Amino acid sequence: MLKYIVPFAVFVLLGAFLFVGLYRDPRYVPSPLIGKPAPAFSLPSLQDPQYPVATRELMGQPWILNVWGTWCGGCREEHDKLLVIAKQNTVPLIGLNWKDDSNAARKWLRDLGNPYAAVAVDQEGRTAIDWGVYGAPETFLIGPDGLVLYKHIAPMTMEVWKREFLPRIEAARAGREQSSS
Amino acid sequence: MMLFVRLILTACFLGLSSQALAIDQVHAFDDPALQERYENINRELRCLVCQNQTIADSNATLAGDLRREVKELIAAGKTDDEIREFMIERYGDFVLYRPRMTGTNFLLWAAPALMLIAGFFVALRVIRRRAAETELDPDGPEEAGNP
Repeated sequence: MLKYIVPFAVFVLLGAFLFVGLYRDPRYVPSPLIGKPAPAFSLPSLQDPQYPVATRELMGQPWILNVWGTWCGGCREEHDKLLVIAKQNTVPLIGLNWKDDSNAARKWLRDLGNPYAAVAVDQEGRTAIDWGVYGAPETFLIGPDGLVLYKHIAPMTMEVWKREFLPRIEAARAGREQSSS
Repeated sequence: MMLFVRLILTACFLGLSSQALAIDQVHAFDDPALQERYENINRELRCLVCQNQTIADSNATLAGDLRREVKELIAAGKTDDEIREFMIERYGDFVLYRPRMTGTNFLLWAAPALMLIAGFFVALRVIRRRAAETELDPDGPEEAGNP
């Protein structure tokens, strides 16, 4: 009897692994940055290159880093969602304009609306490498203590925002109030 | 005949060398030892935009940026391990084409050895049973048909 049960069990187990594997996204690469300090940067601002956009000025509050470029189709797709999110005024939305033409980027924001509190210009793509960016759009959530809390790789949707981002932002705020009181 | 072989070999080598230069157009380093290190590391790193290519093969802009990063790290005197660590910190183990053994993939690494051991025990059992059968029945089924 065991002679039949053991191979059958092995077959079912292997089948289950392969079946689950069919539905996993091979393009999704988990970020090793989650739970680690966000890589610091100080980059020229898109709107006024004289004023840098620096990570240390954002410490003490949760904030969002959204990596985008005018060459990126998914970025256009998510843009109206970013505008809605910006209107909710929950956290500052910082843009990282990745290897883009600054004039085109400014025109994009004029034409489509600007959801960002500030946009940092990463012309050479060095900051993007520090953040482990491999495909725009990517959206990071950074906690008040400067730790990366979450990363979303794909155009933002309201569903993802409500399910993944909002609860984490609330938890980060709650944790902050507890430690300060 | 000899000439023919030589021609083919030359063509092969030319093919190889032009492949090494195909992406960068020019050598990254004048020092051949550094250039070799540069090419070897590039061949071990995955381009994450086009996941089944190394950054040595890919002409994606991200691959170009990563090659520039490798070049600068070599020029700054970093060791190969330090450069790999730099990439892992940012992109995770997936960036390596030769994965390291970590806690989560231990079973994968151990699988060939485990299967070999399991196979050994299965073979041992089969041999023992066969031996026991032949002891019980000295004129085994093989000899049954003999006159």
